[in-house]
Amino acid sequence: MEQTYTGRLVASPLGRIAEFYIDGFRRMTVGRTLWKVIIIKLIIMFGVLKLFFFQDFLGTRFSTDQQRADYVLEQITAPVSAQRASNQGGEL
Amino acid sequence: MIENLDPTMVNWARAQFALTAMYHWIFVPLTLGITWIIAFYHTIYVKTGSEEWKNLTKFWMKLFGINFAIGVATGIIMEFEFGTNWSNYSWMVGDIFGAPLAIEGIAAFFLEATFFAVMFFGWNRVSKRFHLFATWMVAVGSNLSAVWILVANAWMQHPVGQAFNPDTARFEMHNFADVVFNPVAVSKFTHTTSASMLFASLFILSVSSWYLLKGRHVQMAKRSIIVAAVFGLLASGFVGFTGDEAAYEDAQHQPMKLAAFEGLYQGEKNAGLVAFGLINSSKKVDDDQDPFHFEIRLPGILSMLANRKFGSFVPGINDLVYGNEEQGIMGAAEKMEKGKIAIAQLDAYKKFKKAGDEAGAAAALSLFDQNREYLGYGFLNRPEEAVPPVALSFNAFHIMVVLGTVFPLVFLAFLYFSYKDTLLEQKWLLGGGVIMFFLGLIAHQAGWVVAEVGRQPWAIQDLLPVTVARSNLTAGTVKTTFVMFLVLFTVLLIAEVSIMLKQISIGPEEN
Repeated sequence: MEQTYTGRLVASPLGRIAEFYIDGFRRMTVGRTLWKVIIIKLIIMFGVLKLFFFQDFLGTRFSTDQQRADYVLEQITAPVSAQRASNQGGEL
Repeated sequence: MIENLDPTMVNWARAQFALTAMYHWIFVPLTLGITWIIAFYHTIYVKTGSEEWKNLTKFWMKLFGINFAIGVATGIIMEFEFGTNWSNYSWMVGDIFGAPLAIEGIAAFFLEATFFAVMFFGWNRVSKRFHLFATWMVAVGSNLSAVWILVANAWMQHPVGQAFNPDTARFEMHNFADVVFNPVAVSKFTHTTSASMLFASLFILSVSSWYLLKGRHVQMAKRSIIVAAVFGLLASGFVGFTGDEAAYEDAQHQPMKLAAFEGLYQGEKNAGLVAFGLINSSKKVDDDQDPFHFEIRLPGILSMLANRKFGSFVPGINDLVYGNEEQGIMGAAEKMEKGKIAIAQLDAYKKFKKAGDEAGAAAALSLFDQNREYLGYGFLNRPEEAVPPVALSFNAFHIMVVLGTVFPLVFLAFLYFSYKDTLLEQKWLLGGGVIMFFLGLIAHQAGWVVAEVGRQPWAIQDLLPVTVARSNLTAGTVKTTFVMFLVLFTVLLIAEVSIMLKQISIGPEEN
């Protein structure tokens, strides 16, 4: 049994590590605001953007890797002349 | 099918990626660079035991924490974009990028997450030496995690250690060491990290100059400046050295990029480097307009930069587009023919395989292999499409170089007046010091514009143009998310700047 810097008695090394983190988070000042920003940001990114706007194009349209490979192969071997239209948009 | 694709979608997807990458790159260089300087501050504190150095270290650590928190996860959006807007590309490079990006994730998580907590929470809780070790490990971990993303980027600029598998439509990694020790990756990592150290020094210079102008936290600001200026000066030298190496690698593997950022249309021996010039932005590769309104060249320097040899020939845009028999340079037109053969044989291979004709498939594959290094050119319609936006590349490169030349002079001036102990009287220098952070940011962004705009039209150099790398989506879809990002990033940037300014305004005593 050892006394930590918080005054609590903690038995195991893992307990002391947990105490270190818990106390560290508890004492945060600016860190609290920053964690709120991070959590809001992650919710927007994964809960809104990824879910509704950034679905995996090949992942959602095909169920097997072979289908995905066939599709991409089809895309890159389409008649070369047919790409004129798409390449016209190539200048940034 | 390609013919049904929306041509404007590519430009919106590129703009969206540029927006995301440039936003991400506001935070990353400061994180990479400032961790080293904080480690030095922390070391001085442990060596001297001075409370002032401790407060100084804690203050810069807090600003680093704010920057890290706002910047964290902004890079994830780029991965979303890969899967949605650039699905052909994502599929084709998945095997190459999987390993480096997985290592990056693991390194970032274990090294950064573990030692971050000790660095921020460890004051008076762990031993001084272990605390210092954690601070150094944050610096090492942050920079090591940057290795892997830069390895991935370098592979796109110089795709080594791979072979294309026509059955899976994927570039597969054949030699991990070749990918990791790709000379472009080495030069990219050293140039990026040293430029980040320079940028972090400028950040400290800016904040400290502001304190000195206001007459606040004078001792802390002066101490911060001395360490940052020495660090920045050393970093400047290293940036110059690694920048030279990066230009050399461009000349060897992406000569079109070098020609574009130097505005060199007609190749020449003993080519000069443009020290100062106003480029003609309406100039096209196939017209006879003068490339410059005026320019001052340093004779022979570009040849030295490109080939490590004075008097050597540096190919210009015209040589690379139309070829130069005398210099043994194959033009884009000839490469296009070979590229179209590669695509046709790939198509034939696919059909032979489907029909069960193994001999036909083997013959097609053999022809494909003979021409596969020009695969990307087969997707171009005109040789001139192999030319990147020249004016933008030129301007970005020269802005970066000019600023990169100014910064060491600024560090020297700060050190000189610190040595003379008259820094507080140099209002002009302190005023200039405040804006150095913004100039550093411009230099960094310009550097990435050179690297990424300069390699257009390629998503993977010579193998895959951006027009084929994208997904079959409409421009409207991408436009919507572009606007959403613009709003989101603006709000986040305002949040970051507000929190950062508030902490700078409070200063170190409150920590």
